[in-house]
Amino acid sequence: MFPERGKAGNMNKVGRSEVRVDAYDKATGRTKYYEDRMPANALYVRIKHSTIAHGYVTSIDKSKAEAIPGVVKVLTCFDVPDLPFATAGHPWSLDPSHQDTQDRLLLNRHVRYWGDDVAVVIAENEVAANQGVRALKVEYEELPFVLDVQKAMEDGAPQLHDAFPNNILKHTTNIKGNYAEAIKEEGLVKVEGWYETPTVQHCHIENHGCYAYMENGRIVVVASTQIPHIIRRVVGQALGRPWGDIEIIKPYIGGGFGNKQDALYEPLCAWCTTQVGGRPVRIDCSREETFVSNRVRHNIRYHIVTWVRKSDGKIAARKVDVYSNQGAYASHGHSIAAKGLNAFPQHYPVPAYEGNAWTVYTNRPAAGAMRGYGMPQASFADDANIEDCAIAIGMDPMEFRNINIMPKGFTDAFSGNTNYYDTYRECMARGAELIDYERKRKEYGHDTGNIRRGIGLGTFWYNTAVYPISLETSSNRMQLNLDGTVTMQCGETEIGQGADTAYAQMTAEAIGLKSYRDVHVISCQDTDITPTGTGAYASRQTYVAGFSIRQTADLLKEKILKYAQDVTRQSPYCMDIVDGNIIRKEDQKVLMSLKELAMTAQYNTVHSEHITAESTYTIRNNAYSFGCTFVEVEVDIAMCKAQVTRILNVHDCGKLINPALAEAQVHGGQSMGIGFGLSEQLIFDEKTGKPLNNNLLDYKLSTFMDHPRLECDFIENPEPTSPFGTKSLGEPPTCSPAVAIRNAILHATGVAINHIPINPHVLFAELTKAGLIHDSWRDEEGK
Amino acid sequence: MYDMKALYEAESVEHAIQLRLEHPEAQIIAGGSDVLVQMREGKRAGKELISIYMIDAMRGVSIDEEENIRIGSLTSFSHITHDPIIQKYINVLGEAVDQVGSPQIRNIGTIGGNTCNGVTSADSASTLHAWEAIVELTGKNGVRRLPIKDFYIKAGTVDIRVDEGEIQTAILIPKSSYENTFGHYIKYGMRNAMEIASLGCSVNVRLSEDKQTIDRCRIAYGVAGPVPMRCPSAEAVANGVMPTEAMIEEFSLAALKDINPRDSWRASKAFRQHIAVEMAKRALVESIHRAGGEIK
Repeated sequence: MFPERGKAGNMNKVGRSEVRVDAYDKATGRTKYYEDRMPANALYVRIKHSTIAHGYVTSIDKSKAEAIPGVVKVLTCFDVPDLPFATAGHPWSLDPSHQDTQDRLLLNRHVRYWGDDVAVVIAENEVAANQGVRALKVEYEELPFVLDVQKAMEDGAPQLHDAFPNNILKHTTNIKGNYAEAIKEEGLVKVEGWYETPTVQHCHIENHGCYAYMENGRIVVVASTQIPHIIRRVVGQALGRPWGDIEIIKPYIGGGFGNKQDALYEPLCAWCTTQVGGRPVRIDCSREETFVSNRVRHNIRYHIVTWVRKSDGKIAARKVDVYSNQGAYASHGHSIAAKGLNAFPQHYPVPAYEGNAWTVYTNRPAAGAMRGYGMPQASFADDANIEDCAIAIGMDPMEFRNINIMPKGFTDAFSGNTNYYDTYRECMARGAELIDYERKRKEYGHDTGNIRRGIGLGTFWYNTAVYPISLETSSNRMQLNLDGTVTMQCGETEIGQGADTAYAQMTAEAIGLKSYRDVHVISCQDTDITPTGTGAYASRQTYVAGFSIRQTADLLKEKILKYAQDVTRQSPYCMDIVDGNIIRKEDQKVLMSLKELAMTAQYNTVHSEHITAESTYTIRNNAYSFGCTFVEVEVDIAMCKAQVTRILNVHDCGKLINPALAEAQVHGGQSMGIGFGLSEQLIFDEKTGKPLNNNLLDYKLSTFMDHPRLECDFIENPEPTSPFGTKSLGEPPTCSPAVAIRNAILHATGVAINHIPINPHVLFAELTKAGLIHDSWRDEEGK
Repeated sequence: MYDMKALYEAESVEHAIQLRLEHPEAQIIAGGSDVLVQMREGKRAGKELISIYMIDAMRGVSIDEEENIRIGSLTSFSHITHDPIIQKYINVLGEAVDQVGSPQIRNIGTIGGNTCNGVTSADSASTLHAWEAIVELTGKNGVRRLPIKDFYIKAGTVDIRVDEGEIQTAILIPKSSYENTFGHYIKYGMRNAMEIASLGCSVNVRLSEDKQTIDRCRIAYGVAGPVPMRCPSAEAVANGVMPTEAMIEEFSLAALKDINPRDSWRASKAFRQHIAVEMAKRALVESIHRAGGEIK
């Protein structure tokens, strides 16, 4: 139904919907994940988790566990090295003030959430390990706990970490103009609200797990991770060993969504093998552990005050307070809240902005990176408030956005990011046309029966990679094979998103191979072998790898043509590589194939050469990546249910490297967004701090029965800073669906709901409050 | 790897009874979609199991000599949904069990296991209550039959005499119950698949020959109390009267008198009551339509 998408410039290997390089193996079950590589004699490590939300372990009775046949060793929080370490999957910073907070040990005596790690049982088999864990007797000295972010900031609240008074991990501000002065203007309409998003979990199909063993005195860890090179550093730090002592291998993984952009149990696993003489040991998280004892998305509460000029519909001033619930350990910490805080005045630039963000420890599971890195939360609050502003001054919400949203040419002073095109307006216009927004906006919203239809819009701000906040680097190595194909490897990881296929297409393009099938991407990263890269996160892979792929391809090409000079007697600058052949540019004459060249170079008895290239590119750019979501809903008032009947995302992520994979990225993001908006939420018992629904039955991940057909389209404005004209798409699709759903429900029912998920419980309460549900029998009951 | 002490494989009903008498502590396992999950959670860790899964005589749907519909206890949910006898006489049961979990669970899960668990949320249970099913138990002293409402004793406990080696062998629907009867089941969940019912409501009606009057109306809920339950007050409103909108309203409100849903973190009592009224209404309207009647 969508117009055929153009190729990127005059390139022809990128911009095509090629079949994934790993498609057949994945579809037939041949792909090897960490468990498929497991040494047969690996011991099982099972973790004893705390059953209180806050307190100290006073003793652990190991005797019963140690008596169980098959149990090899029990290790507790009293045995671990006293080396606090940070887990966030951030590039290391040479500046100590930018290094992540080191606030946890391998096993913790001071337990800070229900599910903290206090001991491990190492056993010959899984049953004995589980029996051992159940047989451990842990005594605690209990302390009061706090789950709510603002309550945790109060004086006298339970303290989680001594170095952080009032549990405040970090507080930052963002001030533009003079807010106090700006709001004095006559005739401004004030729109104020509290908005809140829940604690949710990534729910990747493959739970995190890893195994570790020792070889020649070094530790090898094979892990389900997004960030092998960073994990090497964290394992070294946590164990107090030189980083060169550690080798991390990352095979295929079953998704990560940011949870695996953190050191999870790799350090503990690495330590355990050192405690059993280097024997292989395995840690495999159960789903229940994944929900609680890995990482979650930050629950964030926003207070927004927006002052709107009624005459021209412009925002005069905005004040935003962000309260981010960090949970028990710092992990990615304030980066998440800060990203949102700083996005507000870019998304909707205003003359006066006063922003504050606090990231606060509470006795919940540690929050870390999750697809969107704070932007699904911020987008929900931001565009819910923007919708309320439009309604408050009687303007169509899309028109209000057109007036206030970031204009073409906008440059952010901090990052240097520039909005080179009128991206937001182009995306909204395309989406509105495809979904027939204007007609439906008029037609819906007036239903009076039980079923009410609505259409809503949400937009989002995003960028690409982490420059200038952190290091942005990419390295790769290419090797010309004897059959004229090229083997390529880099530190940016395949985590299910299709990165390897994009790399193959870009490499084929940059060198001049006949097909992306002539590129063999080494999917598995091994920190002993693979050029250093920081891993999969920040929607950086395709953009960042593009720089080093282009640079390394140029080096390889130079070497190929230099050797070809000896054989063909042509000068390198008269030659090029096209479709796997060396040609003379002037007359396009094919001089020789790459295969002939490779064979000649390798087996030449006078001048033999193994042609390879390797390089690192330090990226000092970032790129905006914007878009929007349109949603249609039907609300069944009496049944308290909102059903998404249509969802459409429109993105400008630059030139598409592989349109089919791009669509798949969007579909996955929309699915995650629907769950975030309507059903997902990790719930905690207020009395004990215990998570109540840490399983896939009680945690309502949306199923495809909860989705309509997922639709998307793209505006392909080439990104000027990228060698391939491309930019981020991994995280952006999940930022705006939830708020579009919220706004569609508002359109359908007139009820503005400011906290998600908007599940039947919430609809029952809110529709009752609004008078749309009235259980008359309840009145009689009261009499 | 499951933490089980021993697994005994029964080859026939008689063998199963004998094994049960020999190993009174053992847990019966059929499809395993509940037992193995509980074992994994540690609740039944270290137990002995008696598997009855290979007893084909306990599998399938038929009409017996008394014209009862006989559903072998090992019949899977997907089998029930696609069975022609079920589709012809009690289609609502097939629809109800088609809402259990996922396709994989429906292929492995059995109606015997669904009822022997004694849980109020079982998708088959409210329909079996509303159709006054008879539970057949076989033990060392022969066959014992009892109405399903008596089979359920309390949450998680059903009337199976382990000391007599009893196992549930079939579920019967008497002809008087299914003849000219049409029903509808509504499962309320927080999502549209892979769900456990927040509330289940099964209604069925038999209309008079001229389809003007409701001869008999039966309604049962799951999750409206500790065990599945009928609603006599609501049924009294509908029995013998002409279906009108006012009557349906009265019927749905009367159901409130009979049910006793609880407050839990999964759903509040007020919410479950609200939904119960709406479900009664919708299930009755659909049942009447399926029976060929109209609402006046």
